Amino acid sequence: MQAIRNFFKTFLLWELLRGMMVTGRYLVRKKFTIEYPEEKAPQSHRFRGLHALRRYPNGEERCIACKLCEAVCPALAITIDSAPREDGTRRTTRYEIDLFKCIYCGFCEESCPVDSIVETRVHEYFMEQRGDNIFTKPQLLAMGDKYEQQIAADRAADAPYR
Amino acid sequence: MNAKVDEQNPDLVTITVDGVEMQVPKGSMIIEATDAADIDVPRFCYHKKLSIAASCRMCLVETEIGGRPAPKPMPACATPVADGMKVFTNSPKALAAQRGVMEFLLINHPLDCPVCDQGGECELQDLAMGYGRSVSRFTEGKRIFDDENLGPLIDSEMTRCIHCTRCVRFLQEVGGQKELAGIGRGEHTMITTYVREGIKSELSGNVIDLCPVGALVSKPFHYRARAWELLSHAAIAPHDSVGSNLWLHHRRGEVMRSVPRENESINEVWISDRDRFSYTAMYSEERLQRPLIKRDGQWAEVDWEEALTFAVSGLRRVLEADGGEALGTLVSPTATLEEMHLLVKLVRGLGSDNIDHRLRRGDFRDGERAPMLGLPIAALENLDKALVIGSDLRSELPMLNHRLRKASLKGGQVSFLNPREFELNFDAMQLAAAPQRLVRELALVAQAVADASGKALPDAVNALAGGESASEEHHVLASRLVGGERAAVLVGALAEAHPDGSVLRALAAVIAELAGATYGDLPSAANSVGGWIAGTLPRQGGLNARAMLEQPRKAYVLFNVEPEDDCWNSAAATAAVESADFVVALTPFVSDRAKAYADVLLPIGTFGETSGTYVNLEGRWQSFGGIAAPVGEARPAWRVLRVLGNLFALEGFDYEESGEVLAELPKAALESERPAWQDVALELQDEGLVRVAGAPIYAVDALVRRSQPLQDMPQSAPAAVHVGSAVAEALGLAEGEQARVRQGRAEVVLPVVVDDAVPAGTVWIPAALAGARGLGAMVGGITVERA
Repeated sequence: MQAIRNFFKTFLLWELLRGMMVTGRYLVRKKFTIEYPEEKAPQSHRFRGLHALRRYPNGEERCIACKLCEAVCPALAITIDSAPREDGTRRTTRYEIDLFKCIYCGFCEESCPVDSIVETRVHEYFMEQRGDNIFTKPQLLAMGDKYEQQIAADRAADAPYR
Repeated sequence: MNAKVDEQNPDLVTITVDGVEMQVPKGSMIIEATDAADIDVPRFCYHKKLSIAASCRMCLVETEIGGRPAPKPMPACATPVADGMKVFTNSPKALAAQRGVMEFLLINHPLDCPVCDQGGECELQDLAMGYGRSVSRFTEGKRIFDDENLGPLIDSEMTRCIHCTRCVRFLQEVGGQKELAGIGRGEHTMITTYVREGIKSELSGNVIDLCPVGALVSKPFHYRARAWELLSHAAIAPHDSVGSNLWLHHRRGEVMRSVPRENESINEVWISDRDRFSYTAMYSEERLQRPLIKRDGQWAEVDWEEALTFAVSGLRRVLEADGGEALGTLVSPTATLEEMHLLVKLVRGLGSDNIDHRLRRGDFRDGERAPMLGLPIAALENLDKALVIGSDLRSELPMLNHRLRKASLKGGQVSFLNPREFELNFDAMQLAAAPQRLVRELALVAQAVADASGKALPDAVNALAGGESASEEHHVLASRLVGGERAAVLVGALAEAHPDGSVLRALAAVIAELAGATYGDLPSAANSVGGWIAGTLPRQGGLNARAMLEQPRKAYVLFNVEPEDDCWNSAAATAAVESADFVVALTPFVSDRAKAYADVLLPIGTFGETSGTYVNLEGRWQSFGGIAAPVGEARPAWRVLRVLGNLFALEGFDYEESGEVLAELPKAALESERPAWQDVALELQDEGLVRVAGAPIYAVDALVRRSQPLQDMPQSAPAAVHVGSAVAEALGLAEGEQARVRQGRAEVVLPVVVDDAVPAGTVWIPAALAGARGLGAMVGGITVERA
């Protein structure tokens, strides 16, 4: 009996049909392919992408050069030099992140006592030249200025869990 | 068996700390016992070198005597040990008390650790981790204070102060001047100078280390780096012959600060401000970054090879035409032993013997005798009698001044015989005499000492007294020297600069002999003694530093020397190097002055950038490593000298590291010997006014002169003509007016300062300052008139 069943399955291409049925089911099912870059996958507000340095609403930079992010960074990607600014406040004269070294762990953000260094949702960036991987303080501040609304909204959404 | 013997020792008592029995000296405090046994007791106000304040209450511990517990926890720093006492440092009661104290300490503390320089090395931060609560219960407002400007070295944030009063006690007990104090009561207690004139002590920087919080921090280091980023390396202070031990803290090859390294036999736990802040000059704008050569009157930046070839061919030209006699080599006494040895080898190899490091010496007639203290530094504080001759000790050797101050506080009698009076920070007798009278005064002191000790005075000394006899003052001074168990006669830099220095030294030796005291020299620079070991002296009939400049040579090699500031006779030095055909300067710094006289400027590393060895005034060899990356293309000087040796094709210049150079030097310790008496004619016979000069504390060498924070201190006042009021009146000069001073052909216009610390017949014009450049001998005849 089994032998007869196997004989018919063989020349009627039963396995093939079974396989094609899976194909057929997915053929008519609603598609989940995302047409990147036209379409984008949803992001968590905790997404850890490109870094930014934030400012206070009055325009003053938040960073006070405490260097905790530099100390906590497991990849040693952050380099900070500090000095007193003319008004006597403690400020960075250099704040650089080496994006090749960075592992996007988010420790810098967690260690920051003034919520200055943050990781934004931006993950689409590239480097054309050698040296472009060093993200400098003006670039970081510009990132912060550009995405401040979203950064603030994301922090607010996450606030209850912190 | 042993314990039984110890029990009978009347000076020891037995206590039990946390169940461990220990023997401790009677009368010591609990905290001293726990510190010795490495048991941790938290503390803020207690410091082993300061008096006990017991003001922070952090060291509360539970105690029990004879089975009866003390009703309250006792402060370990202020509770003397008693026989059979039991101490519990971490019992629940002790811990509860310590936690309570910590909560109160944190009430008014701003907790601004992220912006505070002390963050990461803060005693309050560390202890708050162990004894603080995670959340404050204090919801009321915190008190704040306005900050006060404490000067160019110390930055204050008094809101952070926890009133431990370490700084107050330090400045009073060690600094010797009560410059800080607490005013107000309770939570309004504020540490302040009150008069708002900043802190001037030459040891003031130590309060930065003492402050357990971030209330007093270093101004030059302010906000520059974090404690955890810094690597520390042992170093030796390069500015005085004490050779204080330092830690140099550096980050990415750049020296960020300098802090004391504990060495009880040299600098205890302190360092002077000069050693603490001079590192700032390493990154001065005047640092020479690349070799420079003067080609056809134009300065050009070139690479090392070209510069070295240029230097060698220039020196060869002079040597071939005029021989080794035509070359003069001046070596900074701050050069390391290795550098000195290579220079000696190089210069002798070139057939010259004109080499010297005794740049500020006025009299070379007493030949070769290494200037040494003759007793250990630590022994100074146990002297009961001391006479210091010709020394502004507080400026020259701040750490030795501190030791003598301790001796004085213990009841020792210290006296000074100087060409002027100085501001002292302890009780001492000061006798001031015009430089032309100094020899006579010292002879009179010798007379008085001979009287007091009942010994006969050599006739030659009597002759120097010029027929005068010792006055009341001299007898008082003698009584302060004779009869001590441990006495010393010390001779300093002002005596060294004196044209009759050899007579002064010989007289001092006679006095020491009569008084049964130790004779000691106080050489001023870091390696003044090392020069004798390496032999940077004319030993084969060559010219000494003074002669080399008074009889100009055709070519000079200047090793880290700025002749206009570092030499005994600024005018003669400047003229000599300017008229020379070829001048090679190995220097870390470039200035317009150097460009005017030099033909090649070779950038060498400063202290911190080069490895080497200093020999301090006790004769102690202290080696250190090169720590920082030299600025620009500067190289450690011993490497430059090695290559110069190779280029001159001299033998034995194939060193791979500085240790090999050191190995060539005789390791035998120098013997301190008393100067022998010799009859010489007095050189300083001026009847009129005589100038006398010392290098101010923050102008002693090229490095210090470029340290901006130190230059902003009140001790760095610009050059001026200091005269007593009688002299000022006779000359018709008033304070603040301009005076024209002339020494030989040298002429300078300087403001007048009327200062009765300067005796009649004397004009005090500090050397090594911009305004005094171009004047003549540090001690020599001068005329002053209204400009």
